[in-house]
Amino acid sequence: MSATELDASHNHSHGHDDHGHDHDHPAWLAHHFDDAEQQFDSGKLGIWLFLITEVLFFSGMFCAYAMYRSLHPEIWTFSSQFLNETLGAINTGVLLFSSLTMAWAVRCAMLGQNRGVVACTGMTIACAAIFLGVKAVEYSHKIDLGLLPAGFYVPQVAHPEHHEGLSKWLIYFMIVPGLLLVVLTAWYGQAVATANAVQKQIAGPLSVSALCFFLGVGLGLYLESGEAAEHGDKAHAAAADSHDAAHAEGDHAHEEAHASDAAHEPKDAATPAATESASTDSHADASHAADNEIISPDVNKPNAAGLFFSIYYCMTGVHAIHIIAGILVLTWVLVKAAQGQFHSEYFGPVDYVGLYWHLVDFIWIYLFPLLYLIT
Amino acid sequence: MIQPWLLADEPASFWFPEQASTFAPEVDFFFHAVLWICIVFFTLIVAGMIYFVWKFRQRPGYQGSPEALHNNTLEITWTVIPTLIVVWIFVRGVYGYLDMMSPPTETYDIEVKATQWNWSFKYPNGALSNDLHIPINKPIKLIMRSEDVIHSLFIPAFRCKTDIVPGRLNTMWFQAIKEGSFDLYCTEYCGTKHSLMQAMTVVQSQEQFDAWLAEASKPPEDPIEWGKWLYERQGCKGCHSIDGSLVVGPSFKGSFGTSMDMSDGQKVTMDEQYIRNSILNPQSQARVNFAAKINQMNSYAGKLKEEEISALTAFIKSLK
Amino acid sequence: MSAVVTPGSVQTAEHSQSHRPDPNYLTHTKGFLSWALTLDHKRIGLMYLVGILTSFLLGGILALLLRAELFFPGEQMFSNDGYNQLFTLHGAVMVFLFIIPSVPAALGNFLVPVMLGAKDVAFPRLNLSSFYLWLAGTAFFLVALFSTGLDTGWTFYTPYSTLTQGPVVAATMGVFILGFSSIFTGLNFIVTINTMRPPGMTWFRMPLFLWATYATSIIQVLATPVLGITVLLLAAERVLKIGIFDPAYNGDPVAFQHFFWFYSHPAVYIMILPAMGIISELMSVHSHKAIFGYRMIAYSSVAIALFGFLVWGHHMFTSGMAEVTTIIFSALTFTVSIPSAIKVFNWLFTMYQGTVSMVTPMCYALAFLFLFTIGGLTGLFLGSLSTDRHLHDTYFVVAHFHYVMMGGTLIAFLGGLFHWWPKMIGKMYNELGGQISALVVFIGFNLTFLPQFVMGSRGMPRRYAQYDKEFEFLHQLSTVGAFVLGMGLFIAAGVLLSSLFRGRKAPANPWGGDTLEWHCESPPPFYNFLRPPVVKDPYDYSRLVYDNRVGGYVERPEDRASGSHK
Repeated sequence: MSATELDASHNHSHGHDDHGHDHDHPAWLAHHFDDAEQQFDSGKLGIWLFLITEVLFFSGMFCAYAMYRSLHPEIWTFSSQFLNETLGAINTGVLLFSSLTMAWAVRCAMLGQNRGVVACTGMTIACAAIFLGVKAVEYSHKIDLGLLPAGFYVPQVAHPEHHEGLSKWLIYFMIVPGLLLVVLTAWYGQAVATANAVQKQIAGPLSVSALCFFLGVGLGLYLESGEAAEHGDKAHAAAADSHDAAHAEGDHAHEEAHASDAAHEPKDAATPAATESASTDSHADASHAADNEIISPDVNKPNAAGLFFSIYYCMTGVHAIHIIAGILVLTWVLVKAAQGQFHSEYFGPVDYVGLYWHLVDFIWIYLFPLLYLIT
Repeated sequence: MIQPWLLADEPASFWFPEQASTFAPEVDFFFHAVLWICIVFFTLIVAGMIYFVWKFRQRPGYQGSPEALHNNTLEITWTVIPTLIVVWIFVRGVYGYLDMMSPPTETYDIEVKATQWNWSFKYPNGALSNDLHIPINKPIKLIMRSEDVIHSLFIPAFRCKTDIVPGRLNTMWFQAIKEGSFDLYCTEYCGTKHSLMQAMTVVQSQEQFDAWLAEASKPPEDPIEWGKWLYERQGCKGCHSIDGSLVVGPSFKGSFGTSMDMSDGQKVTMDEQYIRNSILNPQSQARVNFAAKINQMNSYAGKLKEEEISALTAFIKSLK
Repeated sequence: MSAVVTPGSVQTAEHSQSHRPDPNYLTHTKGFLSWALTLDHKRIGLMYLVGILTSFLLGGILALLLRAELFFPGEQMFSNDGYNQLFTLHGAVMVFLFIIPSVPAALGNFLVPVMLGAKDVAFPRLNLSSFYLWLAGTAFFLVALFSTGLDTGWTFYTPYSTLTQGPVVAATMGVFILGFSSIFTGLNFIVTINTMRPPGMTWFRMPLFLWATYATSIIQVLATPVLGITVLLLAAERVLKIGIFDPAYNGDPVAFQHFFWFYSHPAVYIMILPAMGIISELMSVHSHKAIFGYRMIAYSSVAIALFGFLVWGHHMFTSGMAEVTTIIFSALTFTVSIPSAIKVFNWLFTMYQGTVSMVTPMCYALAFLFLFTIGGLTGLFLGSLSTDRHLHDTYFVVAHFHYVMMGGTLIAFLGGLFHWWPKMIGKMYNELGGQISALVVFIGFNLTFLPQFVMGSRGMPRRYAQYDKEFEFLHQLSTVGAFVLGMGLFIAAGVLLSSLFRGRKAPANPWGGDTLEWHCESPPPFYNFLRPPVVKDPYDYSRLVYDNRVGGYVERPEDRASGSHK
């Protein structure tokens, strides 16, 4: 093809593209794709690449997890006792079920059954909401116990405070879902009143999902209190152990402890004076130290155990953000399905969102044993 | 005060400062070897470039012949030759590195403490200095720790450096082969005065070094100065501040002569006798606010001489 | 398909003329929103170009301020803190706002679909959102700039970055957002190149710029998320005190360095690979000869991308890693040098028996070859362990990476800009002015950075606001060089800008290139191609001859008549 001719055909294209474009391109096919297959393949490859970036994003935290767990295994076994396995297991089950409904939604979309897509994505969103509700209980419980990231870690598990009523943190967590519940229910009411079928199909599942958040909260609270006796005892015992250990060490070796306290807590004793003494007293240690040794702090120091919770909050927190993002894109799919947009030639968005959702579940499948099931 | 860079060493060759450690000749030789390899390759490439640009330049009546598109022999040649050279460079570099990482069994150990933005060197007999003094022809090992951020100790004349990472003890060894004063830099960015975090490395003969060390570890004559000197070296500084702030134990500032509440309900005035007793037998008397921490202090009985206790008392007295 | 313009197509042209007087992508719609909301990859590329050049101007001014401060050893215009903030901003602006997006986002966005023969990238909306993410990230950086407190260095090393005052969180959020901009661009290009190739565009008929972009995109997609999580953890370290990089809480500061360099070393290849792609195009087009060793260059791009992931540890040779780890990282580091060497030799031999025309882009390409060779060879000193113990964190490193990043990427970017400027803007620039700019930039560059090698090996540490008297002369040479370099860049800017107003209209093919973008008009029409174009060997110049009437290359009349496309 010659240059001139190419130019000519361009001119040609400009004469045509306004009307010619619309005829052979259905609304769901973007103008720059030749056919539905190319569009679907592009989307599919795109979402897989995106999932790879997500995996790598989390892999950074998994690396941190692996590194610090191998450096300080004792912190991990000690700290994971404070996580509630039952709640973790329930959340795992909820997410697995949501994967099933998601896969079902994809199948419905392929068959062009838009109502089925609405029902299935609705159920998926509801599961996500239950998950978040349970997570909110877990977070608020831990915050109340002072099981916080290292810098704020002040455990009160030995003398757990008995709360009258709900934790204030749980109330904070419930504000947004509560507002959503009110708004969505009202919107649903309007849909019923105006007999707007599409709006009804959207608002219905979403209101149920918002309600499901509170279902999750209730479930979490019930199990947390039901297990409180056992769980509390266990934690109490563990904390007491650790105190004893720290104390015993302090007793029989308080000469070293004196030095190591200062050396290991530059944050607490941050004045130059303290550190001067540290280096003086630990001179013997230092000169015997192997090359490039990592100075290992005291296991039972509260701030040392906080490292576990740092990683716990980072991993589950980023995962929870992904769940929330998942809810948003699922809602988008739900809206499209309620409008009846999917059919056997155009179901890409459901498929892509489905893949994303499976990945988010998959990451939780790893998080659950790695964080909760350490013995 | 003399600015350290006024004493700085001038470069001894085009590329390098003086060769003042056993590593320097090896590093310099290796550097120059790689340099010449690079110069040869660079010259070939640039000469080829200039020749081709000139020879095949666009000009009337000249038509290039665009047939030469690939040549397996050439491709293999310019893959294999650089590979072999690079392998040699790698191996040679590893040998030099392993030398730097393997100190002899007998070394003279100096503790290095890096803070923003000071160097502190502590010798086996407890002497402290802000410049690094070392004897010539003797393997030295630095055991380095940082109290705040990452620093890096670099002595260009010795051709070696190692980072000082908080939470780790990094070590570095070398053996000086030349007497003189050499720059010592911090080479890991550490904040405002990073560029001023410099010290001198003073390499002396063994006799001079011993003399310097004896002088540096000799306590001052003046009792108050001597007390301060002891305060900094005997570990008091770790728990007792002299500026009124609370570290672990009570601060010394303005405490002499005050009346204190003891844990057994008595009121005691802080005097010479009280200080002496606190040093020799700390658990016998605890202030009410520090009763829980009193076990953290060890007795100094047998560790401090009477005159040293007097000096410390004089120092505490002087802190108004 | 007939060769000569048929009456029908002329008629269509006239027809369209009556509706749209000037149907190229710059003018087919007007108004602010038509740009701000455009999905056209060419417009997005152009907007990126403006943004990136503005960032470069900012980073360049910061660089000149730094060099001016270093003219004398002691404290001059700026305090120590001021200097520390300046070099941090210079590094951060240049790396995150300029070099990383320079070639892929600006030139790549414009060129990839056109070179490929596609109408657009696979995800045009994602492409636009990348641009706005870039803008948002830039906004965070400007907050850091105007609150004048960021002094961590662009590497954000802990624990300094967790202890220092200043807007570290704003800056890390900026990096996080810019990271996503970069990921989306890379993702878009991978999908575009995989699925949008027209019939006939096989992998080995792709222009080498596309190979390089593809390799770059792989790195962007694989490495950038790790940077994302790293800066997120750093922000969490500051805000939530998670302590994983803080020894006081059992954390390890060196872990941050591993995380950071796992991204930032591959990022070096994000910067240099597309530049290598540009040079492959420039060398071939301006030698009027097919690229020498096409497959070797293509494979070496992919090899560099893969090896680039394995060498991050060489930034930490002195940090106290285990000896075995250190040695392994050194060995892996040397593996990257081989594919780079292969590329240099292949570029060199592309000129062999070609017809070399020393136009501006070729001047820049040759400057690249010279400077990149120095940059690459000096890497050998830093990769080998014993010399690195001496050279690490000195000006030798500063000079080395400026030779690679600036002498490499920036020079190639400028070369590419001069090469495709007529295509993008539709105007020819003053050729002599362009050549002068290349010469001045070349001289200024070497004057700036050659002395820094010497300073470095003599022991001048980097990031020093004040320095010892013995380095004064070398610093002064370097500062003078920096201002010459700055002047060269201003000449280049002037040449390009004046072409906007006074340049003659560019022909479709001013240089005699044969990749698909030269088959479009200059500037290209809104839809690059109505039908998938016919694709042939991208480096076959035998059918092109210079035509004085158009001032560019056209197909040989006999080829045109037969209509054959080989």
